[in-house]
Amino acid sequence: MTTLPEIRPTRRFRGASINLMYVPALVLFAVFLIWPVIQGLSLSFTNWDGMAPSYVNIGLANYQRLLEDPNFATAMLNTFIFGVGSTIIQQVMGLFLAVLLDRTSRVTNAVRSIIYLPVLISPVVMGAFYYLVFRYNQGALNDALAAFGVAPVSWLSNSGFAIGVIVFINSLQFVGISMIIYLAGLQGIPAEVNEASALDGATGWTQFRYVTWPMLHPAFAASVVINLIGGMKIFDLVRVLTGGGPGYATNSVSTLISRTYFGDQAAGYAAAQGVVLFLVIVIFTVVTNAWLDRRATKLGM
Amino acid sequence: MNTRTGRTPAYILVILIVICLLQIIPFYLGLTTSMKGSRDTSSPWSLPLATFTLENFAIAWKQGNIGRAILNSAVITVATTAITVIVGALAAYPLARRRTRGNQAVLLLALAVMMIPPLSILVPLIRMLNDMSLLNTFPGLILPLAALSLPQAIFLYAQSLRGIPIDIEEAARIDGAGSLRVFFQIVLPVLKPVTISVVILTGVNKWNEFALSNYIMTTDATRPLAPAVATFFGSAGANVNAAIAGAIMGVLPVLVAYLFLQKYFMKGALAGAVK
Repeated sequence: MTTLPEIRPTRRFRGASINLMYVPALVLFAVFLIWPVIQGLSLSFTNWDGMAPSYVNIGLANYQRLLEDPNFATAMLNTFIFGVGSTIIQQVMGLFLAVLLDRTSRVTNAVRSIIYLPVLISPVVMGAFYYLVFRYNQGALNDALAAFGVAPVSWLSNSGFAIGVIVFINSLQFVGISMIIYLAGLQGIPAEVNEASALDGATGWTQFRYVTWPMLHPAFAASVVINLIGGMKIFDLVRVLTGGGPGYATNSVSTLISRTYFGDQAAGYAAAQGVVLFLVIVIFTVVTNAWLDRRATKLGM
Repeated sequence: MNTRTGRTPAYILVILIVICLLQIIPFYLGLTTSMKGSRDTSSPWSLPLATFTLENFAIAWKQGNIGRAILNSAVITVATTAITVIVGALAAYPLARRRTRGNQAVLLLALAVMMIPPLSILVPLIRMLNDMSLLNTFPGLILPLAALSLPQAIFLYAQSLRGIPIDIEEAARIDGAGSLRVFFQIVLPVLKPVTISVVILTGVNKWNEFALSNYIMTTDATRPLAPAVATFFGSAGANVNAAIAGAIMGVLPVLVAYLFLQKYFMKGALAGAVK
């Protein structure tokens, strides 16, 4: 697609008035997203409690508090674990499923539909269902373990286990997205490429490693970015399953913000946490994209 | 395309069955638990034979306000999706057809706002909606939700427009049709496949929305589905089985839609993923 033939008639037939068509979208962005970001930044320098009409500017005190707050450090670390952990599991499982399901039959179609189904369900609902799996009393997992004589485990009130459970549920729920991205990637590889490499003697693992996998780079890039950002924004599941507990041990930055705001009534401090969350996500997105671009160049794509 | 056909080997079948079971187990547990009485002490794996009851659904409907919540979610989903489609397609048109440096900057801005995590603007957004008396009102939730889903819609429409030749629009223009008329009568109908993707992506997303609605809609009359389920589930001494029944009722509309429109759901998801 060249852009040149498009530009000339464009200039001839329409003026800048056509740009009025994106004004409604810009107004929505400005009022409901950009203005709040600016307001959030300015509130983050105050001691506002969320209700009082007056508050004072306290400079960088909220940011200083962030640096010394162990609960914020935990939430930040958890956010990375949720993001990176889910991303790794989803790539391995999604790719594995895509390779197995890259054939047309009634069975593979049914399997694809089942694996994709939880993507459409609210994480709140999935959290409620999975609570039945991981709860201590009458939990499905502990019940199954009892059959093997294993003592019940407190999956949700032990912070280490609970973090693992959250990563597990989040990965399984959204693995369907990675699966269809990789499936589309696999089906986009021309048959000739595989035939040619087969003629050169490449088979099975060698073919996958040196021919298929490099050609899946665009799918890998799309899947990694979506999973990583999605995982780092995680809120619903944590909120429903553990509420950030025990204590503050399983909070993501998102759930910590709501707790700081409504629980501690420290709105200014919560605004500062929001600013940092946004910045961290921007930095992560930029760094990940740079890494993926470098990888693409290295693979010669 | 190198899509293979034919029988699936047995060992692959076993692995696939295990993964499918893993995905189905939470649904099975939810469904069976929702039909067990609140004092049932049987294994979570067992079928709801001893204390079979449909009372949980009635409790969820009355005490959990699930009926009202479903209605609220329907209103929010339809309105947000309609705004996203119309405002998104409108915005994409000049951005795809008139590629000036200023318009490239607008596209970049849309990309930037896409990264804003909803919770990062929770404090200022609640404050602003409160000042505007929009808390616990439908516009107060619908407008921010539309703003959040617009960037993706704009990108999908702009991308698809670039693949559509401009000739017909030019011809209509020569015949004297104005920009808006060209857009609504010629461009929008051609964009139907993308519209289906945008509707599905936005619709599912808003039906399930929790992060903002949980704080913007806090009364029984306005609370949508996900916050209603979470509130009922989390309220002290709640009957967990009834909360699960409420969750199932909220999932049903999505399940029915998925059953009939599966092809579109996967296509929509793919469109949303690969840019």
